Formats: sequence, C-alpha cells, structure tokens
Amino acid sequence: MIDAVTPAEGTAPAPAGRGLWSRYLRRPVGVAALAVFLLVVVAGLLAPLLAPHDPNFVDFALTQAPPDSSHWMGGDSAGRDILSRLLFGARTTLYGAAVACLTGIALGVPAGVAAGYFGGLTDRVFSWISDAVQSVPGMIVLLIVAAGTGADFTVLMVTVGAFMAPGYYRISRSRALAVRKEPYIDAARVAGLTHVKILHTHVLRAVHAPVIIQSALTAGIAMGMQTGLQFLGIGTASEANWGQMMNDGFRTMLTHPLILLWPSAALGITIAALAFMGSTLADLVSVRGEPAPRRRRSAEQAPEEATDRTGALVHPVEASALRIDNLRVSYRTPHGDKRVVRGVCLDVAPGEVLGIVGESGSGKSQTVFSALDLLPADGRATADGIWIGGQPVGDLSRAGRHALLGTRIGYVPQEPMSNLDPCYTVGHQLMEPLRAVHKLTRAQARERAREVLLRVGITDPDRVLACHPHQISGGMAQRVLIAGAVAGNPSLLVADEPTTALDVTVQAEVLELLRELQREYGMALVIVTHNFGVVADICDRVAVMKDGRVIETGAVEQIFAHPGDPYTAELIKASQDDTESRAELDAAWNKAGRTVRA
Amino acid sequence: MIRFTLRRLLSGAVLLVVVTSASFFLAHLAIGDPTPGLLGDSATPAQRAALREQLGLDRPLMTQFWDWLSHAVRGDFGTSWRNFQPVSDQIELRVPVTLSIVVAATLLAAVVGLVVGVATGLNPGGVLARVLKLASVVLFALPGFWVSLMLVMAFAIKLQWFPAVGYVPLSHSGTQWLRSITLPSIALALGAIVMIAEQLRNGFQEVNNQDFVRTLRARGLSARRVTVHVLRNASPAALTVLAVMFVGLLGGAIVVEIIFNLPGIGSLTQSASQIGDIPVLLGLTVVTVVFVVLVNFLLDLVLGWVNPKVREK
Amino acid sequence: MNTDTNGDAPLLDVADLVVDYRRGRTTFRALKGVSMTIAPGECVGLVGESGSGKSTLGKAILGLADVTSGRITFAGSDITHAKGAARRKLAADLQVVFQDPYGSLDPTLTVGQILAEPLTASGTSRAAARTAVAEMLDHVRLPADTVTRYPSEFSGGQRQRIAIARALVRRPRLIVCDEPVSALDLTTQAAVIDLFIDIQRETGVSYLFVSHDLGVVRRVCHRVSVMYQGECVETGPNETITRNPGHTYTQRLLLASPVADPARQAERRRSWLGLRTAAGSPVP
Repeated sequence: MIDAVTPAEGTAPAPAGRGLWSRYLRRPVGVAALAVFLLVVVAGLLAPLLAPHDPNFVDFALTQAPPDSSHWMGGDSAGRDILSRLLFGARTTLYGAAVACLTGIALGVPAGVAAGYFGGLTDRVFSWISDAVQSVPGMIVLLIVAAGTGADFTVLMVTVGAFMAPGYYRISRSRALAVRKEPYIDAARVAGLTHVKILHTHVLRAVHAPVIIQSALTAGIAMGMQTGLQFLGIGTASEANWGQMMNDGFRTMLTHPLILLWPSAALGITIAALAFMGSTLADLVSVRGEPAPRRRRSAEQAPEEATDRTGALVHPVEASALRIDNLRVSYRTPHGDKRVVRGVCLDVAPGEVLGIVGESGSGKSQTVFSALDLLPADGRATADGIWIGGQPVGDLSRAGRHALLGTRIGYVPQEPMSNLDPCYTVGHQLMEPLRAVHKLTRAQARERAREVLLRVGITDPDRVLACHPHQISGGMAQRVLIAGAVAGNPSLLVADEPTTALDVTVQAEVLELLRELQREYGMALVIVTHNFGVVADICDRVAVMKDGRVIETGAVEQIFAHPGDPYTAELIKASQDDTESRAELDAAWNKAGRTVRA
Repeated sequence: MIRFTLRRLLSGAVLLVVVTSASFFLAHLAIGDPTPGLLGDSATPAQRAALREQLGLDRPLMTQFWDWLSHAVRGDFGTSWRNFQPVSDQIELRVPVTLSIVVAATLLAAVVGLVVGVATGLNPGGVLARVLKLASVVLFALPGFWVSLMLVMAFAIKLQWFPAVGYVPLSHSGTQWLRSITLPSIALALGAIVMIAEQLRNGFQEVNNQDFVRTLRARGLSARRVTVHVLRNASPAALTVLAVMFVGLLGGAIVVEIIFNLPGIGSLTQSASQIGDIPVLLGLTVVTVVFVVLVNFLLDLVLGWVNPKVREK
Repeated sequence: MNTDTNGDAPLLDVADLVVDYRRGRTTFRALKGVSMTIAPGECVGLVGESGSGKSTLGKAILGLADVTSGRITFAGSDITHAKGAARRKLAADLQVVFQDPYGSLDPTLTVGQILAEPLTASGTSRAAARTAVAEMLDHVRLPADTVTRYPSEFSGGQRQRIAIARALVRRPRLIVCDEPVSALDLTTQAAVIDLFIDIQRETGVSYLFVSHDLGVVRRVCHRVSVMYQGECVETGPNETITRNPGHTYTQRLLLASPVADPARQAERRRSWLGLRTAAGSPVP
C-alpha cells in the first residue's frame, strides 16, 4: 500500500551470500586486489623455495649494498639479503594477521550474536565490556603484555586480536539485532525451531558476510599494529619481519632510502590490497547500490520514447490551480532508465478536490512530486507544460519554481513521524519557514504557528511548540504537518496519502480537518490515495492511475456509479466494505454443494 | 539534563576504575618478577630478593593493589622503579607533547573531515567524492607510523620543509612549536580525516533520503537551510567516529612520537615496557584512560544536545 | 467447518489474560484481562486500532509475549507458560502468518528451504518434506518450480502465499494471522482473503484473524471481538459487529472507516459527525 518513492522493483539487491563470489570476480578492482593479496600469500608460503638466500645469513660485503644481479633488492645494514628477508617477513606478517583476526572473531562474533539475539542483560554486559575495551589505548596494554611475556609474538597478536574484537562485536550485534526484529525469526520460533537452530540457520547467515568484510579491515589494521610493534623492537627478532626491516631502513634513511622503501612498499601494498578487497565486498553486500552512472549531456537529449497522453484537462489554463500536461518521469537505475510516469495529464481548479488514486507502483506519488519539483536526485521529469495558479512554471528558473513552495503550494506528507526532523522542536520546524520564506519576525512567526496549531485542533499549542517530534503521537504529528502546510496560506494543497499511516478513527478526523481547511481557505486540494473510501469521502473529481498512466478521469459520482474502465470497477469492488460477509459466503457455498475449488 | 549528565559522569568514573584495576592485575600477572629486567642478568638471587622487598613486591597482590589504588585516587602513582622519580612528574612533563599532536590531529580531522564530508555529501557524484572514496579505503587501513615515515621522507628529507625530528615547546617559540608538530599531526590525522569525511558523506546520503528532508524542501526552505538540518542529523555518527578516533590517535601517537623523536609519553611507555617499570606503565594507562573518559563524556553531552531523544534513553 | 460454537469444546480458550510490557522502569499493561474462545474450524476476528492490544493477544498465544496472569488453554491443555520443549511441541498445531510479506521470509533461503524448515525441525525426512512442500504450494496456488527460487523474486501477494504455505505445512489446528493482508494492494488482498477461506474449508483449520480493517474481517470471520486500549469491548457474530454494533467504540470505528460510495459515505460521515459531537472531540 505504501507507494515507494523510488521504484524498488527490479533494483532490489540480491541477498548477501548468494553468488557473492561470482559477482566479486566481475569487479576489476576487487580482482586486482585479490591477485595482489594472493601473490603475497604465495610468496609467504613458498618463501623457503623462492628466497634466493638465507634471510639470516650475514655477508659483510653486502652491508647496505645497492641492488645487483644476485641481490635484486640489495642488502640491509647488517649485510643480509633484503629480498629473502622480505619473503620470509611476509610469512610473519600473514601469520600475525591471521592470529589477530581469528582471536577477534572468536571473542567478538559469539558475544555480538548473543547480545543482539537475546538482548537484555546479555546485551548490556557484553556491550559494556566492548565499550570498555574500546576506550583503552591498545598500544599501552600491548607494551605491558610485551614487557611481561618476553615479547612472545603469538601472545602479542592474540592481544591485538582482543582489541579488534569490539569491531567484530559491533557488526555481529547490529546484524543479529536487525535480524532478531524480522518476523521470520518469530516464524521460526513458532515453527518449533530451537534457539541454537535459529542462530545457526538464520542469524549466522546474516552475520557472515559483514564478518568477512570486517576481517579484511582487521587484517590490515593488525598488520599495521604488528609492524608498529616490531618497529619499536618488540616481537621475535630471530625471524625476518617487515617492521624490523623498516626500523633498519629508518635509521639509515638519510643515506640509504632504498632499505626503508622496500618493506614500506610491501606493507603499504598488502594493506591496500586488503582494504580494496574489503571495500569491494562491502559495495556488493551493502543495500545501497552504487550511485547511478552520471548523466551525460547526450543522454539527456536522447529522443524520448513516444508516449500517448493519458488523462484529461478540463479547466481553462487561467482557471486552473494546477495543470500538468503530458508528464513523463523516469529513474536512472544501474539497468538503465526506468519509466514510472508515462504521459499524465491532469488539472484542478481553485476550490476543487482532485483525487489521484491507484495501487503501489502506479506512479501517483511520482506525479505530484514532479509537479512540486521534489523528485529525488536520480529521478527526471519532463512535461509539455506544468502550470501553477495559471502560470507556466517551465519559464521559471529553478529558484523561481522553488519560491512557489511554501507560499503558493502546501504539502502534506504520508508518514507523520518520519516527516518531522527529530533534532528540532515542533515550534522551530513550524516557525523556520515562516521566518525564512515569509520574512516574519520571531514573534509574528510564533503567533502564526500558535494560530494554525489551534486551527488544526491542537488545544495546547504552547506545549506542542516546545515538544520534540518523539514526544507527540502520530495523529498529533499529522496535525502539526497539516498546520505547517497551511501556515503559508497556500492556494494549492497537495496531500500524499495523508491518512494511510493513521488509525481509522484518526483518519476520519484528519479527512474532516482537510475538508474544513480546504473550504475555509478556498484551496485546490490534490489528494493521492489508494483508498476509494477516501476518494468517496472528500473528492470532487478523481483520476485513476495504473502503470504510470491515467486510465480514467471523471467526477466522483460518475466514476463510482459507472466506472468506464474494468480496472476501476475491480478496484472499487475490492474495497471490501460492502462485499458479502463470511456468513453469506458460507451459505452460498453450502448451497452449491461444498465444492472447494472452482 | 542534569540526571543525564550525572549518569554519564558516574559511568565514566566506573569505567576508569575498572580499566585501571584490570591493567594493574594484568601488568603484575604478565610481568611477574620485574627484578631481572631492573637489575640485569648478573644480579644474584639475594640482590633480587632485596629489591623485591624494597619495592614492596613481597606483599600479597591485593595489598599492593589497595596500596596503589588508594594513592592513585589522590593523583600519586608512586615512583619509577628505574630512577625513583615520581611517576606523576615524568608524566606531567611529557603529556603536553602528546596532547599537542593528538589534539592538533583531532582538530585537523574534525575541520578538514567536516569540510570534505559536507562538500562530497552535497555532490555525491563529483570528483572529490570519488577521490575521497579511494582515499578512505587506503588511508583508513594504513598505520600512522607508516604514513609518518613517508611524510618524513617526502617533506623533511627531500623537500626539507619541516624538521624531521625534535620538539620545540610552545613556551619557547610558537611558530617553531607549530612547525615541529605539523608533520606528526598530519601523519596521525590523515586516517581520521577520511573516516570523518566518509562517515559524513554516508550520513548525508542517508539523511537526504529521509522523508522529512523532502518536507523541509516543500516548505520552501533554501538549500542552505535544508543542509543545516541534514548536517545536524548526520553529525552524531560522525562525532562518534571522532571520539573513537581520538582513542586510536592516543595509541598511534606512541609510535609516531618515536619516529619524530618527540619527548611525549611514547618513548616513556617504550622504555618503561622494556624493563617492566610497572608504576610508570600504570600511571600512563590511568592518564590516557582519563582523557578517553573525558572525551566520551563530552561526546555524550554533545550528542544529547544534537538529538534530544538520546537523553531519554 | 461448524460455525456454530455451542456444544463444541473450544479449540482455544483464553481467560482473563493480562500482559505487561516493561519499558525501562515503567510497565505498560497491553492486555487488561481479555477472554475469548475459538472453536475448531472457526475464524475469529480481532479488530482494533494501534495500541489496542490485538497483536499482543496473538503474540501471547504463540508464546512470543510473556503472560502476567490469566490462562490460555489449547485443545484442553494449559499453554499459558509453555516454554522450551513444550512450546516446540505445540508448533505442530499452532502456527502464524505475519503482516510483513517482506520481513517474514528469510531472504537468504530458497522457498523450498523455508517451507521444509518446520518439517525437518520436527524430524520429518527430507523426501517426505519435499512431497509435503510440493503439496502445500499447490494448496496456495503457486507453481511447483517456486521451491528453487528466493523470496526476493516474488511480489507481496505471492510472498504472503508462501508464508501461508509455511504455516500450513505441518497441518496445524489453529493459525494466528496477524494483519496478513494489510500490507497488500487491494486487488491482491481480495485474492489472498479468498485463499484463506478456501484453505479453511479444505482443511478445517481455525483462524485467529487480527486486523484493523472491518471490511476484511467482515469477509473472512465468523465471529468478531473488538479491542480497545487492552480490553475486549464487544464480541459477537460478524454480521452484528460489522453492521449493527452495540458498543459506542465499535460504532465510531465503523462510521470512521470510509465506504467506497459517495452517497453512502456522505451519510456515514454525517452519522460520524453526530457521534463525534455527542462524545466531544478528543485530539488523538
């Protein structure tokens, strides 16, 4: 029932996990990063075979020697072959990163999943521990541990992993928490699954992709901390490692910069490869797709697919409050343009109430957003003409069109709570446009805000003005939004599903209020809805939309009495209220001899 | 609001006590007997026993803990086991250096991150946004000391714009001080800058898709005014990242200080760790955790101000 | 299939049910002593607005909300506080269909895996599960190749059919339907409601049908209970509740929902305004 603002169909992301690997291999950056990383892994694993020399063999002639044919990278300040030490160093680096990641996963993921899934005390205890660990500067504790354990490398990397655990904890917890709220978990519980089984089949599935991404990041950071420690001279010195090599290079930096360059490059490239692998995976998994390809000038002027004009224009231009002629709206998606409105014509006169009615995906909301110039950035609207108050807006600059909002046009949104800024008081949100757009003084704006709040039926405006949105109910919030829409004395009020998110008793109140205000201000009212009851209640004329087209326009009485299109008839019939009751259906069924399927 | 503040303050104090206590036991359990490190390998068992007695290490661990804690709450962290100087004096001498570069790096990250984040948030398809994305991927993962080494090679050795090493106190010369902390601060800040900017850019994108932004535009508010709303809604996440970054910078400063040869807490930590000088290590832990707690407390106050809903949780 | 409850032992008997939710230090009483019964083969509607406690009642029956006091009897045994193994045993008889057709199916599993899960969890062999799943898909009018596809490939109405199939797959005696059609388009709603009715006729299952929409309830339910602020204000046969309600709240509810006919809606609005003037106009 909720008419999505951006077209969701066809662009829904494939769920995490499925085909991730094959999609990853289609990303050039990801493939390159993976290749580099695999190269480092192979170099490390095969170091004993690949290394041309013993990494610890000291040859004084090689001391700080420049590269030559048998020592491709030269020698370090102790006279050891740099290339061989680099290859063996890769082993140390990878081993350390693996230990840190596994420790982080072992500590963080189970705790995070438990905290997110079970909540309550488990969550509070684990989260507190995680926060505490995060507020300890890890380097100091690492140095304490190093002091005590004689700098045992594995113990150090386990400690590094412990400091990485909060990262794993946070993502596992937030994923588990999100999944926990999904009805499919409740359904699984009702279906008789044990907690263990639910965690296994549903929760871990949701957690594993983010954990892999986190591991790419963690491995990079762990390598950084590891080489940092080795740079300080902490960690096993008997085996070749990049940090010690960098320290060696650092001390001879002024005279022999190459000695520093080799290990720095190795570390930088390895970490960068991991980072790109992680970001490529994150791109693939994230719900938010990539930004649509930038619109090129040629594409903008590409010939449009010819569309028929649908709907009707019944008022003369100068007597219309809003007139839309042959509106087309499309969205840029990764799969090309998707058309959501195809040639819509409609108009509304001052004092008239026009309903735009249709099911989700019919393009009804897109139509009004285009008229208001409020489409999202990746949406594009073109029309043969749009007139507001008899004036063509096509002639106006963007700023000129914008100036109509809040002055000539008022807008009432669908979902009351999400349409108020949670950070500001109701008063600020009502007064800001009055001061910024209508140039009222603070006192005048406050007076006007009180006045409209009283008008929309709020009996204690001063209290409500001081409230933040989370402190008022949904029905109250919708009244505040209506007050905001009419505060600027608009001549055209556009309401996008203004009652869909409300309970029926509140809906009746809000419809009554809209009706009263429309008459009082003599406004034209355009109301977008999926509910034929709402249309019957408040509209003078109605335009029925389907698949981006107007399939029928007419006076309300006429449409309900003699729907011209079968689709309209079907929609009206589907408005359940006066269909046969279950008792009547059962009676008919018994009479027909209880045959189940037609 | 007062209740909220008190609650936050109390939880900070609890955290401080728990973390420092845990460090005390960790240090003593991990290091065990520090006398070989302090006296060298040639010391006789009798000499070691004498030193243990002198340092009070022959007492039960709980007694030592209460002794340490009761002094520590009054700001007395005992004396160094190496040179028998009061720990607080040594830390007092070095903290300004570390704070100089960490605070400078944090400010740098906040200001540059804000500017870049807003610029890319307003124009998410632009060149700057692409560069930021690329930079954020790499710079976040690269360690500060690695960046330091590269900066030293480029700007201190090749171009000679800045001194490679050394620290000039602020009291000595303002410009010299600034020059001496520029490279270390930048080295520390780079990762934080891209993190803040990237967080803001993401936040902008998320907030921009929210319904109330459309409604604000529909009320006729200018793009600039709408941006203020978006920024305020996007800022909590970025501020949280900034606070987490501050903790990371305190740790990262240790290695960076050693590279630039700055007399901050870094070299003190390193030398204390090499000989197992527990009083100094614990003093350093307490001081850094105090800073972390303070920053988190400030963060909570700011978050509570930005979004009042937070206060009521 | 017997719509007459007299003389039949009820399948479900809820007596004086109280449910409290804790919110920080304060508790909120979501249900204030609610009683109701459902007979075998019967569909009982639970109507109310947000905050009326209608979904909480469904959750309490399913064991998803803790009961403070009162008693829930299902097929003669007390299930008020059934936990762990006892609750899992109930899964064979007591099932659920949720409102949200997008969140109620795990997006990472195929439809076949989703439908087989309740069966394999109770020890059915894979082969037997496959047969049962195929049969259920036929029941809800979905093609057989559905099993290999993922939920994201289906529309809202189709997903709701899958959710119904999952609820049916263990052949339960009662299904709690929590707003099962309110997220669907009108034309889809009608088809899914007809499916619910057909399945009830075919299998004799009982429904507790939670909805805010009197029109939907009228079409699918035999009896209706009206909930308001945690209490059941009125219970009666469908025809009475949806045409001639006794309680003022039910009257307000009925008159507030607009009817898709301009002339009748004008009439209804006049009655609603009259009722509102009489009761005073509270700001919601």
